[in-house]
Amino acid sequence: MSSPNLSAASPQQFYLTSEHHPENGTMLGFWIYLMSDCLVFAVLFAMYGILGGNYAAGPGPKDLFELPTVAINTSMLLLSSITYGFAMLEIQRNRKGATLFWLAITGCFGAAFVGLELTEFAHFIHEGAGPQRSAFLSSFFTLVGTHGLHVSFGIIWLITLMVQVGWRGLTPENIRRLSCLSLFWHFLDVVWIGVFTFVYLMGVLR
Amino acid sequence: MSAASETPHGETDAGQDLDIDPRHVHGHDGGHGSGAAHGTFKGYVIGFLLSVVLTAIPFWLVMDKVFADPKTTVFIVMAFAVVQILVHMVYFLHLNTSSEGGWNMLALIFTMVLVVITLSGSLWVMYHMNTNMMPMSPQDMRNMP
Amino acid sequence: MQHSELIHFLFGRLSWDSIPYNVPILVYTFAVVAVLGAALFGAITWYGKWGYLWREWFTSVDHKKIGIMYMVLGTVMLLRGFADAAMMRIQQVWAFGGSLGYLPPEHYDQIFTAHGVIMIFFVAMPMVVGLMNIVMPLQIGARDVAFPFLNNFSFWMTVAGAILVMMSLFVGEFARTGWLAYPPLSGIAYSPDVGVDYYIWSLQIAGAGTLLSGVNMVVTIVKMRAPGMTLMRMPIFTWTALCTNVLIVAAFPVLTAVLVLLSLDRYVGTNFFTNDFGGNAMMYVNLIWIWGHPEVYILILPAFGVFSEVVSTFCDKRLFGYTSMVYATLVITILSYLVWLHHFFTMGSGASVNSFFGITTMIISIPTGAKMFNWLFTMYRGRIRFDVPMLWTMGFMFTFVIGGMTGVLLAVPPADFELHNSLFLVAHFHNVIIGGVLFGMFAGINYWFPKSMGFKLDPFWGKVSFWFWLSGFWFAFTPLYILGLMGVTRRLNHFDDPSLQIWFQIAAFGAVLVFIGIVAFLIQLYVSFRRREELRDVTGDPWGGRTLEWSTSSPAPEYNFAFTPVVHDQDAWADMKKRGYQRPEQGFIPIHMPKSTGAGFILAVLAMICGFAMIWHIWWLAPAAFVAFLATVIIHSFNAHRDFHIPAEEVARVEAERSRLLAQQA
Repeated sequence: MSSPNLSAASPQQFYLTSEHHPENGTMLGFWIYLMSDCLVFAVLFAMYGILGGNYAAGPGPKDLFELPTVAINTSMLLLSSITYGFAMLEIQRNRKGATLFWLAITGCFGAAFVGLELTEFAHFIHEGAGPQRSAFLSSFFTLVGTHGLHVSFGIIWLITLMVQVGWRGLTPENIRRLSCLSLFWHFLDVVWIGVFTFVYLMGVLR
Repeated sequence: MSAASETPHGETDAGQDLDIDPRHVHGHDGGHGSGAAHGTFKGYVIGFLLSVVLTAIPFWLVMDKVFADPKTTVFIVMAFAVVQILVHMVYFLHLNTSSEGGWNMLALIFTMVLVVITLSGSLWVMYHMNTNMMPMSPQDMRNMP
Repeated sequence: MQHSELIHFLFGRLSWDSIPYNVPILVYTFAVVAVLGAALFGAITWYGKWGYLWREWFTSVDHKKIGIMYMVLGTVMLLRGFADAAMMRIQQVWAFGGSLGYLPPEHYDQIFTAHGVIMIFFVAMPMVVGLMNIVMPLQIGARDVAFPFLNNFSFWMTVAGAILVMMSLFVGEFARTGWLAYPPLSGIAYSPDVGVDYYIWSLQIAGAGTLLSGVNMVVTIVKMRAPGMTLMRMPIFTWTALCTNVLIVAAFPVLTAVLVLLSLDRYVGTNFFTNDFGGNAMMYVNLIWIWGHPEVYILILPAFGVFSEVVSTFCDKRLFGYTSMVYATLVITILSYLVWLHHFFTMGSGASVNSFFGITTMIISIPTGAKMFNWLFTMYRGRIRFDVPMLWTMGFMFTFVIGGMTGVLLAVPPADFELHNSLFLVAHFHNVIIGGVLFGMFAGINYWFPKSMGFKLDPFWGKVSFWFWLSGFWFAFTPLYILGLMGVTRRLNHFDDPSLQIWFQIAAFGAVLVFIGIVAFLIQLYVSFRRREELRDVTGDPWGGRTLEWSTSSPAPEYNFAFTPVVHDQDAWADMKKRGYQRPEQGFIPIHMPKSTGAGFILAVLAMICGFAMIWHIWWLAPAAFVAFLATVIIHSFNAHRDFHIPAEEVARVEAERSRLLAQQA
């Protein structure tokens, strides 16, 4: 944590004579925001941890979860992570078209993830296992649903950025925004690791 | 109030070739901003393959009931999750101790400490609360409407 | 669609019955508010000031102006919060035996809930955030915060939350649950009306603003310090601001999540905190206090920062033990996450859990004690000047120590089993919040007012305000300590035992003294404005300050510093003065500044509409407002013209004016 760069200042120099631009804080700011989002998920995981066993004489994980579907979902998200990585690589090579291509693929994988998740939710609700049925289901729907909501907002953001990149190209501002979205996207994949482990896999193991 | 004017790129009285276009990131490393790490193709592929393995094995262990004792499975599955999170952090999020002057890592560690406190603290507290104040077995909680 | 169905669709559960015309107090209040509001709006229109207000203030992204607006919000809401307090005092002095007082329970309950919510979220938080906004960027030698637009947005989100709370007075009602809205009482079964929904949405909206403000200030302090200002050369107020904002970022997400869970229970019928279907209301209490305890440190740390600055300035001495002050602040920050259960020792977690948290709570008092000693050692052999900020500080030192000691008493679980939810508890937290946070805010306001507005506050009325607040506080709350020790419970609107009445009468007398103190503060503002030329601060350094903000003019120019300062030591300005700093009077360069924008205001209005629609179940309006909010965010992101340069000639003109004033003074 060093001080901002101190030009070879004599002890008598009390001010800079040229324009001083502090380092851009957007990446750090976004990272800190992500840390706060981590804590939101921590609360939701805590709720699931405490209430996840309260089936209220209703269906439990073993009755509901279909692990093959979850595996497909997980792979959708993981693939979207690497395709976003490829998009970032194309940014480094300053190739706008290729960047947009990989972003589009990422969006498709993300949409597939959300779509599959919504079908899963619809199926549970149809079976009478909606979020009102028990505290277990309330926490399940909220934790998994909040994650899915974040992915959905990420997709909206992705589309917006694609339009902005398409319009203005790979400007420093757009690159910074794509870097923030990259952090967001990968962070959501990290949270999903927690979800599929603690909700789905452990749920079936309970 | 002060008049608005846009000084053309680079021209200041200071005589230095300062990048004062507000849209430009202040930095010398190709516009990434100071300390922002970036990936390589190899890095992303390694991260991806590791993640696939670290996902596939837990799913396999649970779906095929490979171990008789669920506790073993639980332990392995959780350990794999932790490792995979680290893989994501390193290969996808490019987390290191120098980005943003170490503040990223500090923020992450601080957050992780708080997450652990929130989770373990809540579990510990609520376990005691439930034991003392809601005397029901887990069996009851499952089956009580 | 039938006519009534259409109305129901358009207006949700809002109807003419939602307006409480049969409650005289509210009708009179509304009449007064309407008259005053009309007068204010009328005056602004008459003098043609709407354009000025919009351009210079509402759309400003200047941290100095945003900070002032926060302080105005906090002061206005203080009047509302105090009105609630006065109403409670009057009820409690009156309602003994056969007399039921004048407030029925369902109104009394709303009043104590609103009092708490307003004082914490709409008085203390805005004042703390406002002060940090005004002072911190100047102290670190920066031109603004890291994200000026976000700063503006955060302010208006806080205002939106405040407006929702105020609206609940006249349209619908407020929550009756206490300021933390514990379920099951706050659940849909026991509070089916709009009160808890007003609570939820006003806090969610204001909370989002606060969280973003926290991110903003952390990044500002990390990234935008002047060259040479290492962490250990930052002013102590900046250190406390850093820790406070770290706490904000770490705590407010928990509040957001918990309120989401409560609202899901209310809107969707989930079972997080219900009594059946597997819900667990105790988990709410657990989670809300995981937020709640760091929250009180968010309030007090900036006050500690103010006192450090004030003590060293008015004793003409470097702060004693700078390093230990920093470490104490860091330790408090971390430990604040390990004590939360002391707010519910009696909920039943048992001896092992209670002992752990009791011990951590006692430990956390130690760093604060260290700070007290450092302040005292700073004063020792200093040349103490008893200006108003210093009076507030000394009042704080005495008052807060006692409040802290009652806190340590409460930290002992067996004692807490007697005193939990008694008036002793109420006295304790008012002791530390008034004696700590509020006194700190008044010290800070008196100290930095000249820097912010260009003239000092009138010292006579400042002293009047101080002495009435100090004596008023002690008269109002000492009886509550005694009553609590006797076993009297909090939040009661009626008492059977007439022997208790004398204590409530003394407390009411204290409230009158506090009222005079508040009036004196308002008079102080008015008189200072009238006498501003006499009180003008010409040099920019009216108190002999030690930190960088005092190197600028009063008020500071729009760009803060014509040239970014270079720092060589702690107490940078004192260092500069000591070593013969000469203010540059030429060679000015154009300065890069962010543009004002109305987007923050518009977004907050949309958020408020969405909240209002959710409260009243206007199911078409809520998503429409939300989509409009999102669309505005996206459209705003396309705006690339967000900054401009102040020309060198303009800077030269402003600085020449300052040179002229300084020469006049000399």
